[in-house]
Amino acid sequence: MSQRKRESNANELSRRGFLKGAGLGAGAVATGVMTPAETLLAAEKKDEIRGPGELAVTLRVNGRRHRLQVEPRVTLLDALRDRLGVTGPKKVCDHGECGACTVLLDGRPVYACMNLAADVAARNLPVETVENLGTPEHLNTLQQEWVRQDASQCGFCTSGFIMAATALLRDTPHPSPEQVREQLSGNLCRCGTYPKIFAAVEAAARRGPGSA
Amino acid sequence: MNRFEWMEPASLESAVHGLGPRARLLAGGVDLLGEMKDHIALPERVVNLKSVSGLDAIEIGDHGLRLGALVTLDRLAAHPQIRHRWRAIAEAASSVGTPQIRNQGTLGGNLCQRPRCWYFRSEEHKCLKKGGDICFAVAGENKYHAILGGGPAFYAHPSDLAPALLVLNAQVRIAGPGPRGRGLRLRTLPLAEFYRTPAQRLVGGETLLSDQEIVTEILVPEPFGDSTYLKFRERLSHDWAMAACAAQIQISAGHIKRAQLALGGVATIPWPVPAAARALAGQPLNQATIEAAAHVAVAGAQPLRQNWYKIQLTQTMVRRAIRQAAFPEKADFVSA
Repeated sequence: MSQRKRESNANELSRRGFLKGAGLGAGAVATGVMTPAETLLAAEKKDEIRGPGELAVTLRVNGRRHRLQVEPRVTLLDALRDRLGVTGPKKVCDHGECGACTVLLDGRPVYACMNLAADVAARNLPVETVENLGTPEHLNTLQQEWVRQDASQCGFCTSGFIMAATALLRDTPHPSPEQVREQLSGNLCRCGTYPKIFAAVEAAARRGPGSA
Repeated sequence: MNRFEWMEPASLESAVHGLGPRARLLAGGVDLLGEMKDHIALPERVVNLKSVSGLDAIEIGDHGLRLGALVTLDRLAAHPQIRHRWRAIAEAASSVGTPQIRNQGTLGGNLCQRPRCWYFRSEEHKCLKKGGDICFAVAGENKYHAILGGGPAFYAHPSDLAPALLVLNAQVRIAGPGPRGRGLRLRTLPLAEFYRTPAQRLVGGETLLSDQEIVTEILVPEPFGDSTYLKFRERLSHDWAMAACAAQIQISAGHIKRAQLALGGVATIPWPVPAAARALAGQPLNQATIEAAAHVAVAGAQPLRQNWYKIQLTQTMVRRAIRQAAFPEKADFVSA
């Protein structure tokens, strides 16, 4: 269930819910199965030249397929935030320098601001954002430890850090302190909460598998 | 970013013919999107190389290593056989950017990335590299600029992989249009011939690639010795080299039989130092030999006002890289 749906289900007009609802463009949820015609098209590959106007793409985000129209210049980050209402990835530097927009592309952390939505769609790669982890009511282990260790101050970098740490813990359930630092070295926290961030990841790892 | 046409070519030939003076090739995309967001690249068409299949293979055979241009840096850094036999490649790849950038950035993109000079990256500065008539680094802030191969522009080449591949005698395979602009022509040349100084080429790129050519593959022969890539940077992550040295060294009975050295971060191109390699060849492996190589490695250096430190720093990196390649198991000796 998307965060947007959860918020509307809760039947309360939060600031975030209002902003997201008011700003959303079309982002229809499509079915997850290719039609026979689509399968045939995928097999016979031809050169495709589209744009610079909008083109139809399908993004796989958090286990759902979304059909949308984007110009080729639209980044994955802008498509997620402005078109699909997936606002977990934050737009801070927009230059691949801060890590606040970190998402998992085919399971690997990347900067959503440095990927084009059309490119991600063309490669049919799954995108995972913080919305796919715990919910506010049921935080996952890593998120619980983030709270317990007080690892967020302003919190703007948090979702990016959580995604980078999630990829680490899935690949390496018991990382060394050096591995934690290295895997989080592409994320900046301007509040300087690094010691508590590292402590949260290490505490989640100690609690064992399933933490991410 | 400006608006552009989006091309998903079905073949390498289509990609070549989709390119031209107003088009840019997208591989990983980290560098290209950075240029476009800074408005120093305004392509009318972007050609997505990733839609061409077969360019992301790592193959190890009798003749060495074949690396597709689209192999990502994280794969190079993690590959057990590359780490073992072509260690300089793995060390260079793991030193690039951040985990996020290494997961996305490609080998071909790392070799062809544009300079990080802040005047070049600034929309407001119409510098020599962008068709203007002044290199702002000459009189400006030039702490991070080149001490070798400079003039008339003085940016430092940012690639980490190139010095590592130079000392491993890598070759680069290039696809371009065939005779009379039709079909496809593939050519292979030593990576040492691939780059162009600003005196050789000022605008359009730092390589010999035409605007319709594509790096498709890197070929690396079996190494003759142990190799390493050492990089000095101001921050421990997400930074380019202030000075770097790659070395491949073969030791036999206490003597250096054969060596290759190359520098990164200090010259306008990845900078081979054959004179330093000659200073090592046939010599006993001792402090005097290492000093002689460090001395000639920076011969001809012409520092700018703020980057004299790079001479000393480069020599230190040369000394350490030689020791690291000669004694890969003795890390303590290296840092001493």
